[in-house]
Amino acid sequence: MAISKLNFNSLNVTPSASSAIGFDSGADDLETGAGGGSMVFIKKLTASSSGTLSFVDGSSSVVLDNTYKEYVFIFNNLHSSSNTGLFQVNFSVDTGSNYNVVKTSTCIQAYHLEDDSEAALGYAGSYDLAQSANFLTLNFVSGTDNDESTSGVFTLFNPSSTTFVKHFISRVQGTEGSGYSMDFSVAGYGNTTSAIDAVQFKMSTGDIDAGTITLYGIA
Amino acid sequence: MAISKFNYNSFNVTPVAGRALAFDADADGFTTASGSSMILIKTLTASSSATLDFVDGTSDVVLDDTYPVYKFEFINIHAATDQADFNFQVNVAGASGFNETITSTHFGGYHRSGDGASSLGYQSGGHQAQGTSYQRIFADSNNGNTDSSSGHLYLFNPSSTTFVTHFMARTVGRGSDTSNASSTFYYTGGYVNATAAVDEVSFKMSSGDIDAGIIKLYGIADS
Repeated sequence: MAISKLNFNSLNVTPSASSAIGFDSGADDLETGAGGGSMVFIKKLTASSSGTLSFVDGSSSVVLDNTYKEYVFIFNNLHSSSNTGLFQVNFSVDTGSNYNVVKTSTCIQAYHLEDDSEAALGYAGSYDLAQSANFLTLNFVSGTDNDESTSGVFTLFNPSSTTFVKHFISRVQGTEGSGYSMDFSVAGYGNTTSAIDAVQFKMSTGDIDAGTITLYGIA
Repeated sequence: MAISKFNYNSFNVTPVAGRALAFDADADGFTTASGSSMILIKTLTASSSATLDFVDGTSDVVLDDTYPVYKFEFINIHAATDQADFNFQVNVAGASGFNETITSTHFGGYHRSGDGASSLGYQSGGHQAQGTSYQRIFADSNNGNTDSSSGHLYLFNPSSTTFVTHFMARTVGRGSDTSNASSTFYYTGGYVNATAAVDEVSFKMSSGDIDAGIIKLYGIADS
């Protein structure tokens, strides 16, 4: 009988879920891997009046373990339902049962008002944490006008390590309701040597009305 | 006759242009997948260039709703004119000219090569309040033969007709202080205050040409 289509087990390579098929480094065999690049899409969550958006390893196709040494979350047009809501993050070491990892962090803030009456750069001591398990603020309050939102990039390094504390770097750009352009740069570490296996985002008050958060692994 | 080569339609999966062949989530079948989520779209190389422009639909540039996030990378941008700033602006669909309204912040720091001084501060000379000028992302480029600036610029959801379009840039280079060069960095953030789709981005120096350097445009997929 003629071969009409090759099935998954027709190739001389061990199948690996969701992995691409490519040539190996010697270009003389096949292997599985990320394919043509190193930034691998893992999961997108879309807010719809959401109290929280959570990425839990092993749940809903989320990978947040030792598969990657670096994870990147991209925030795109997160729209707050409340004009007093601060966009925040916390971590879990028990697959989402508790989001309460102790953190120490820094925060620098730049802002500029649309009417040019205010502009400044400074350390934002109100938004840093010192050995606190509270949620960490990643941006000042976001305006609730229809065209206002928050976007940015959050990087979590080696969350599965059981040796090191967990470093993170965040930069978020947003519009504040009074007409400010807000640039928040936050960095710090989760002061735990347990593996972080879940990350949760929320507003300090109100919901994440709309927007997306997308998780990538850096292979 | 033995089969010696498998063609694209030999596999039990529906071909999708530009995607990789992969195992499915259960590892018991084929599917198509994006090999990487950061996709190179276009590289422009300066050669005494007055501007480097990325225009959706022109010269293979994609700058539309194909990707939710776009990232430009600047590699060794060399100014023809000493102390020129490296800037960008955008144009929205249906409009003309790189002159959209921007509100932004701009700060940076430097460390002089002779260890004589270092500083961090807000740079009001490079921010805009509902301005329509080109937005500075690196200031006072030194144009010595070994000098340049590098960095990146994120553009979030430029095709949105609901939200203003946020951007964030970070650059580093050898800044000019006429007599004392320095390692200099800048953070620039802000938004294009329009709810029309941004589909063109232009880069240029505040004076003179972009003598040399590369700008790469990537799309970051979210599926």
